[in-house]
Amino acid sequence: MRRAALGAGSALLLLWPFLVPRYFVFLTSLVVVNAIVAIGLNLLSGYTNQLSFGHAGFFAVGAYVAAVLTLRAPGVPVVATLVLAGLATALVGLALGIPCLRLEGLYLAMATLAFGFVVVEAIQNLDWLTRGNDGVAVPTAHLGPLALASDAAKYYLVLGVGALMVAAAVNITRTRTGRALLAIRESEIAAQASGVHLAAYRTLAFAVSAFYTGVAGGLFAFVVGFISPDAFDVFLSVDFVAMIIIGGLGSIPGSVVGAAVITLLYDWLAAFQNYRPLLFGLILIGCMLFMPGGIASRMPKWTQQAQ
Amino acid sequence: MLSVEDLSISFGGLAALGALSFEVAEREIFALIGPNGAGKSTVFNIVTGLYRPSAGRVRFRGEDLLALAPHRIARRGIARTFQNTEVFRQLTTLDNVLIGRHALLRAGFLRGALGLPAVWREEAAARAGARALLARVGLADAAGVQAGSLPLGAQKRLEIARALAAEPKLLLLDEPAGGLNPTETQTLMELIRGLRDAEGLTVLVVEHDMELVMGISDRVVVLNYGRKISSGSPREIAADPAVIEAYLGSEEA
Ligand SMILES: Nc1ncnc2c1ncn2[C@@H]1O[C@H](COP(=O)(O)OP(=O)(O)OP(=O)(O)O)[C@@H](O)[C@H]1O
Ligand SMILES: [Mg+2]
Repeated sequence: MRRAALGAGSALLLLWPFLVPRYFVFLTSLVVVNAIVAIGLNLLSGYTNQLSFGHAGFFAVGAYVAAVLTLRAPGVPVVATLVLAGLATALVGLALGIPCLRLEGLYLAMATLAFGFVVVEAIQNLDWLTRGNDGVAVPTAHLGPLALASDAAKYYLVLGVGALMVAAAVNITRTRTGRALLAIRESEIAAQASGVHLAAYRTLAFAVSAFYTGVAGGLFAFVVGFISPDAFDVFLSVDFVAMIIIGGLGSIPGSVVGAAVITLLYDWLAAFQNYRPLLFGLILIGCMLFMPGGIASRMPKWTQQAQ
Repeated sequence: MLSVEDLSISFGGLAALGALSFEVAEREIFALIGPNGAGKSTVFNIVTGLYRPSAGRVRFRGEDLLALAPHRIARRGIARTFQNTEVFRQLTTLDNVLIGRHALLRAGFLRGALGLPAVWREEAAARAGARALLARVGLADAAGVQAGSLPLGAQKRLEIARALAAEPKLLLLDEPAGGLNPTETQTLMELIRGLRDAEGLTVLVVEHDMELVMGISDRVVVLNYGRKISSGSPREIAADPAVIEAYLGSEEA
């Protein structure tokens, strides 16, 4: 069942650009980009119970590193650019995560929220580098001799990177590291008594979460082709949190589904911008009341990662 | 093997332990008993690094434990269970036991993310070992069950399996018979004896169930209000008037 579904799903994703109009190809790229963020956020919040309302900040760092790097050093292959965007963001994640080790719950949420504002402020003020509020037109990405200019080409880049990152996350969560993160969420004292180094794993969760979000930010820059600070406001951070709550805290498949639901909903509601917060609020409240485990808790057994 | 010297700690003016000393020998089953609030769990919390005493020393095989963080103490070979159970509630019993093995598994973050063959081999072996431990505590059929949904007695046994997964040298059991019925307590006593006899573990046990204490321990220390009021073989302490008085006094209070 699992194998058949995976095979069919992969085939569909690979043929996607030949099956649907261009706009849907673009939209699917956004779904995958958001799924990568949701996975990263879930590793931090859902697995390790460290709430973040600042992931738009990490996303922005990744996007700007990728954009500025491609502007200044056009010869760098896109894969290297994305890895660098991820690593730079992971460093920022460490810089935020280590001082935040002592913070929990609401205090951590406030600190990450503030971080998100600081990043936007920094982008606006470092205009020699980021062009401030004018934004940056992101040059076409290159992979060897290939210019990834079309929506389909960008889609395949996003899909390839996304598949690798989903696979890595599934591996992490199925093995020692993922269990250590969950143990911290479930009982700090029992985790320590089992030999889990709390500070090390909390810090690791921050770095990995930031890495995922940074890579996704880089992909986002290439997919949309233009970035400016207002795209990374606090509402985006809230959207990311909504994705993992709706999808399911502590679930990788749930993260992907949650990202898809929110991204598509956002797209359908584009004409009703003003009602978006209201609708999202209702959906979130409904989800927390009636489906506390998120969509993942309602997905069939074979989609779950537990063997 | 474990030596506690002049241990004192107080919480907001209340002296929970006062100059407590005792020594546990290798391969011994050692019981720590006393009325409620005597300071038994506090001893465990100090030995495992959760509490910092105001005075005294704790040595394990000659090494000063007070200088070590809790996860390092665990890695030295000391595993424990908790009086009010601290199972990883939303995880399966199998995952609970696998986390107990955390320090012995090698797969780091990167190797895990890459899913190298060696990682899956290690996982498979760890899973088999964890299932064997679950069977050993009578939870063979509960491998996929959420730990939080188990009855208290089963959670207590799960904690023993989780502690054993670390292959400890010293096992600290905080009221392991709490929530167990008499038959289960018998099984537990056999398990603890077996751990010492077959595997050479040293066991430090806190327990109110006198049948268990009298039945399996080599030596007993009795605490009352944080002070040692008696120590010796189960027979000796059972005959000690000071012990009888401490228990009667506390039960009537
Ligand atoms: N973290 C803490 N903060 C404040 N007081 C504490 C703390 N831990 C223990 N105490 C106090 O220290 C004393 C000893 O507690 P402890 O839990 O060690 O008793 P115990 O012998 O294990 O009792 P029981 O048989 O009820 O488990 C009690 O008075 C308790 O209230
Ligand atoms: Mg106690």
